[in-house]
Amino acid sequence: MSGPSDYQPSNPALQWIERRLPIFGLMHSSFVAYPTPRNLNYWWTFGAILSFMLGMQILTGVILAMHYTPHADLAFKSVELIVRDVNYGWLLRNMHAVGASMFFVAVYVHMFRGLYYGSYKEPREVLWILGVIIYLLMMATGFMGYVLPWGQMSFWGATVITNLFSAIPYVGESVVTLLWGGYSVGNPTLNRFFSLHYLLPFLIAGVVVLHVWALHVAGQNNPDGVEPKTEKDTVPFTPHATIKDMFGVACFMLLYAWFIFYMPNYLGDADNYIPANPGVTPPHIVPEWYYLPFYAILRSIPNKLAGVIAMFGAIIILCFLPWLDAAKTKSSKYRPLAKQFFWIFVVVCILLGYLGAQPPEGIYVVAGRVLTVCYFAYFLIVLPLLSRIEKPRPVPNSISDAVLAKTGSRSTPMVSTAIMLALAGSLFAGSIDSAKASEGSDTPPGNKWSFSGPFGKFDRGALQRGLKVYKEVCSSCHGLSYIAFRNLAEAGGPGYSVAQAAAFASEYKVKDGPNDAGDMFERAGRPADYFPSPFPNEQAARAANGGAAPPDLSLITKARSYKRGFPWFIIDFFSQYQEQGPDYVAAVLQGYEDKAPEGVTIPEGSYFNKYFPGHAIKMPKPLSDGQVTFDDGSPATVAQYAKDVTTFLMWTAEPHMEARKRLGFQVFVFLILFAGLMYFTKKKVWASSH
Amino acid sequence: MTTASSADHPTRRDFLFVATGAAAAVGGAAALWPFISQMNPDASTIAAGAPIEVDLSPVAEGQDIKVFWRGKPIYISHRTKKQIDEARAVNVASLPDPQTDEARVKSGHEQWLVVIGICTHLGCIPIAHEGSYDGFFCPCHGSQYDSSGRIRQGPAPANLPVPPYQFVSDTKIQIG
Repeated sequence: MSGPSDYQPSNPALQWIERRLPIFGLMHSSFVAYPTPRNLNYWWTFGAILSFMLGMQILTGVILAMHYTPHADLAFKSVELIVRDVNYGWLLRNMHAVGASMFFVAVYVHMFRGLYYGSYKEPREVLWILGVIIYLLMMATGFMGYVLPWGQMSFWGATVITNLFSAIPYVGESVVTLLWGGYSVGNPTLNRFFSLHYLLPFLIAGVVVLHVWALHVAGQNNPDGVEPKTEKDTVPFTPHATIKDMFGVACFMLLYAWFIFYMPNYLGDADNYIPANPGVTPPHIVPEWYYLPFYAILRSIPNKLAGVIAMFGAIIILCFLPWLDAAKTKSSKYRPLAKQFFWIFVVVCILLGYLGAQPPEGIYVVAGRVLTVCYFAYFLIVLPLLSRIEKPRPVPNSISDAVLAKTGSRSTPMVSTAIMLALAGSLFAGSIDSAKASEGSDTPPGNKWSFSGPFGKFDRGALQRGLKVYKEVCSSCHGLSYIAFRNLAEAGGPGYSVAQAAAFASEYKVKDGPNDAGDMFERAGRPADYFPSPFPNEQAARAANGGAAPPDLSLITKARSYKRGFPWFIIDFFSQYQEQGPDYVAAVLQGYEDKAPEGVTIPEGSYFNKYFPGHAIKMPKPLSDGQVTFDDGSPATVAQYAKDVTTFLMWTAEPHMEARKRLGFQVFVFLILFAGLMYFTKKKVWASSH
Repeated sequence: MTTASSADHPTRRDFLFVATGAAAAVGGAAALWPFISQMNPDASTIAAGAPIEVDLSPVAEGQDIKVFWRGKPIYISHRTKKQIDEARAVNVASLPDPQTDEARVKSGHEQWLVVIGICTHLGCIPIAHEGSYDGFFCPCHGSQYDSSGRIRQGPAPANLPVPPYQFVSDTKIQIG
């Protein structure tokens, strides 16, 4: 496998280098001549997909770091301005944020594939352990990256996860202070997380090199779990594996693009569009979907230290897998019992993921404990026991025997489809965390929005009317601080001309200064200015509004959500339904009732709203019929106002939505064509080796 | 069998390879675009580069002020009669970067010189009212500019550039 290279470059320049640094020879023997088992199925392309994702994350990450500001006061705003102002910033940010999820999708497939086909067994133990190390580094990197936007979930996720270390006896509190660099999560924490988030991917890349090195020493495992014996068992890596991997990557890119262009916020938590606030905790703190199973294990144990140990143990135990499972037969294909238990284990993991997203109460706690026991039992009881009692079916003599025997019977796609569905299921289960609890409130009714769907566009008329409603009603309490007047004249916006936007800006008074005399002064707004806040600071806003600070509205439609529940979140994925936020905002604006219903009491100074969580909202009914006059003859009703202003707020939350959907369509057409070409080329390449 | 099948359809196989490679190249090139485009000034930077207005009324004769536009220092000199005469007395042909003083100011407003205060040598900021020519002197590498901002001596190759500007009124200019 890894003997001396027979690579002989013909180019004299390459020969000169080769004698001094045999790097091209190394590349040649690793990625061209390398013999790869000829029976590999598509589950083996996930290694290439992972390399692609790692490269993608590093590339987009390096670019985002050029525009991001790692400071507690500026981080949130800098991320929002990347999305709004930087050329293609929205695309790069989506690629990176969605890329993290896709990276974990791929790594979980890769790990379950290794588990199913026994890829951890002799002689691949070190290869497997290096993989576990990569996974741990990925978890650390993903967690720290999630903290950087400095939203509510970022901040509280950081608080919760760093507090895990306080479980360490005697020195826990000191360790946590050390991690924070302060008395709580703050600017020093953000700075070091940024530094480490930039560093760790390069460590991952380093361990990946070791992982591939170990792979090329031991050789690839394969679906039949028998080692290659003769030439006939293998094909050269290039072009066979190369083209197959590239086809796999192209297909994976379709899934990736689906999220980037059409569902960018589906996998994230709505709360992270609320700037970090150390004084308020979100009702449920949940990690990103890819950590949910471990989060569920953590919460299942009613003891702090034991919970933390169990959580880390759930990962570390993977390192011991090669010795826990002593069966001689590698592939579960030939192990009837192991196969069944494997699927049970997959279901256990998915259910744990589901429970991690649920509030820790009632039946969920009990279920969590049972499943935690099942999780560990698989490794500590089932696998060691199986290797003693199970009688595996005979394995084929060689890979080529297995390939020949398979011709004609195509049963494997069943397994593949099942794994795919299971993984898709876990993906959806994870998305429930974005479905926030709306305790005791009615579910907002769905609306028809012109901007929904793959070809959705903003309704210009609604945007202009909504801006009017905002200006005449909402702006007396709410700011819009991530939107500049110039945005009104941009493509995809309300369709203002540059002059109209300038005129609109000049109606506002903006505080500026200091001037040459050192004084602050007021001047007319300019297109480059951002919509000013009605209050100089949060305290003044609170004081003027009975203690509740009116939130900034430029992200409100992305920062609000409500529980969708099963099976809606699955349908949401296919229908690209992302309009919980707008539905909620429109509903709250119309959900006021003059009198609380019988038997419901709400606190003094608040108002009854049937869609607001807890029903008691501090904001008095803002809209009433006839309040704002429209020039275009639209009815002056609360329903019309609510719909228009929500459309406008959706635009302020995502000014480049139309560009996103348009580019998405072009990318999809290209990817489908490209994947088709790859498929036929792959068939041609492989035709000669069957 | 291998050779037979590929010999039967050499064009089809080649076509697939070329088409796939071409698609990959086109896709790769297109995908590169956002990654390069992001380095260009973003929308807020471009918006911040909008024209600025400067009130000239407080600037006395013989005085210079410095304002910033698009991150660059703009020198606005209220020139004296002597400075104007000096600038106009020079034989234009003898200058390293020949340009008349009339071409560097707005007619009717000869007393106002507006230049971007960045040395054309390597980008340092010259000091106003210094040097041997009653103009600007760059301390970094010794370039000397006259009272019209033209290079007279030293390594700089070109005159101080005049930014786009216009008089909005007699005492107010708009730069940009």
